[in-house]
Amino acid sequence: MESYLFPFDSLICMLLGISFTVWFTLLLVFIIVPAIFGVSFGIRRLYMKSLIKLFEWATLRMERGAKEKNQHLYKPYSNGIIAKEPASLEQEIQEMRRGGAEPEFDMSDIFYFCRRGVESIVDDEVTKRFTAEELESWNLLTRSNYNFHHISTRLTVLWGVGVLIRYGFLLPLRVTLAFTGVGLLVVLTSIVGLFPNGRMKNYLSDKVHLMCYRICVRALTAIITYHDSENKPKNGGICVANHTSPIDVIILASDGCYAMVGQVHGGLMGVIQRAMVKACPHIWFERSEVKDRHLVAKRLSDHVADTTKLPILIFPEGTCINNTSVMMFKKGSFEIGCTVYPVAIKYDPRFGDAFWNSSKFGMVNYLLHMMSSWAIVCSVWYLPPMSRMEEEDAVQFANRVKAAIARKGGLADLLWDGGLKRGKVKEVFKEEQQKLYSKVLVGSSEDRSRS
Amino acid sequence: MGSTNSTLLKIPNVEVLMRETGFSPAHIIRLHDRFKALDKEGRGYLCPQDFGAIKELAMNPIGDRIIGAFFSPGKETVDFHTFVKILAHFRPVDKDRPKEPNSPEPINSRSNKLKFAFQLYDQDKDGKISRDELLKVLRAMLGMQVTEEQLESIADRTIQEADLDRDDAISFEEFRKSLEKVNIDHKMSIRFLR
Repeated sequence: MESYLFPFDSLICMLLGISFTVWFTLLLVFIIVPAIFGVSFGIRRLYMKSLIKLFEWATLRMERGAKEKNQHLYKPYSNGIIAKEPASLEQEIQEMRRGGAEPEFDMSDIFYFCRRGVESIVDDEVTKRFTAEELESWNLLTRSNYNFHHISTRLTVLWGVGVLIRYGFLLPLRVTLAFTGVGLLVVLTSIVGLFPNGRMKNYLSDKVHLMCYRICVRALTAIITYHDSENKPKNGGICVANHTSPIDVIILASDGCYAMVGQVHGGLMGVIQRAMVKACPHIWFERSEVKDRHLVAKRLSDHVADTTKLPILIFPEGTCINNTSVMMFKKGSFEIGCTVYPVAIKYDPRFGDAFWNSSKFGMVNYLLHMMSSWAIVCSVWYLPPMSRMEEEDAVQFANRVKAAIARKGGLADLLWDGGLKRGKVKEVFKEEQQKLYSKVLVGSSEDRSRS
Repeated sequence: MGSTNSTLLKIPNVEVLMRETGFSPAHIIRLHDRFKALDKEGRGYLCPQDFGAIKELAMNPIGDRIIGAFFSPGKETVDFHTFVKILAHFRPVDKDRPKEPNSPEPINSRSNKLKFAFQLYDQDKDGKISRDELLKVLRAMLGMQVTEEQLESIADRTIQEADLDRDDAISFEEFRKSLEKVNIDHKMSIRFLR
């Protein structure tokens, strides 16, 4: 009985052995080696093009299927439920006056505030920015589709195949790569850390960092297009970028070397942080130090003053925004007084939503989502360097940089503070409204009493 | 994308809701999504804090009065039906609706819109806007930008013009009369996209 199982066993072992070897060789040749040297076979772009064609077909199929069944297709609009009146407070109130009369308080003035209030209940600018962007077409991921249900067999089968490919093939591949990348980062930076400080060490550290980040980029199947690379950040400056997800760091760091800034974490992150800092100087703050703004500013300016050190990478919004807009930049990094290199990052939402909604998903959940999407496609624009001008203060400088980033990336430039995701509206905003209204009323009655 | 029917089926009594408010199925779905987005903890109802979390509303001088309009006296929560019914006040008036004598007045009629605005003034719900209530609203809309005397003179003048029966308060009829010529439909309507 048992004797003829043995050949089977060894056959299975042999098959497994061969497939593993093949698997690892392919991995090495097609992914890891190019990552080390920074070249690309173009496989990912081909993949992206075929995915686009597939999604278009899927969308058409769904529309046709819905028409056949005479059902009303629910198309999510990315610009909201309601059309908001663009007229300002003054215009509205003037209109409400019964032609020709002096603007004075009228009982109907309350209608303006009332309507604006209810409009904001139905649809408001800020909440929209913190929920994932809605798509016009479907990308075969149920998480971005409102009510997926059986429209046609072909589509369901396609979706099923998609799930198999994503979870059965892509996910394990990516997880393997991710572990390899992170593992190599920790090991190699520790080794580089043993070298004496000097040009050799810096050179090696740059190479090591770049290689590991490139492996991580492939671990996410990120297809990145870099524009205007002549404006890449140089030593002694600060690089600022808009923030959508923790992946932003990997995307930028795989094309250039930066000094990172952040809080000291425990666990795996802590291990990575400690290893990285051995190879080249990064800026990690203890939790207690983060509150002390002067300390933070001093450490940053010390780092910047030393031109042998790498440019600092900072995300001034302070939190993850859903990549449809750029929120208010915190002025801290703009007070230091060195050259600022702005960078705009825009993700293509068709392939996978990179936005991290930290109130809904934890980090591990988020990474799983990322690694089981089709791909992460994004564009990075390096903008020309900016410096603070004589008459500007830090806030105005920050706004100028923000406007430039928003314009380049095609994102909406918002006044709102990213901190609004969690905090309360400052009283200042309410006062602005009151000031405007009183100007319309009282300002004009002053004219009247003078005449 | 997908068919509307599956979401609609999840909402109880949705047919009645659509009939009473006049919202289309697509609108109801959008409002339901909005309701769920505001109801961050997924409890199935909203409380004043959920409204307070809307930044643009917190910035509105009469924001808390508007929030108050959603909650009936004594109730601390708003369910989806009440939410939609209150928002129905802001639907544009249906011009080509036939006037059936026995059907109840639609929620978004001119008169009902006026009643909604009236209750923003009349916080104690006694049916009259007293001088004191008017002062409170003025103070909310103008903040610290005007002096007490200016406020009082504005309030006095307003009551003088609108108060026809000289009881030093503005009843709903007087309120309605003073706004005869105002295009309520335009000012108190929100354009819902398809």
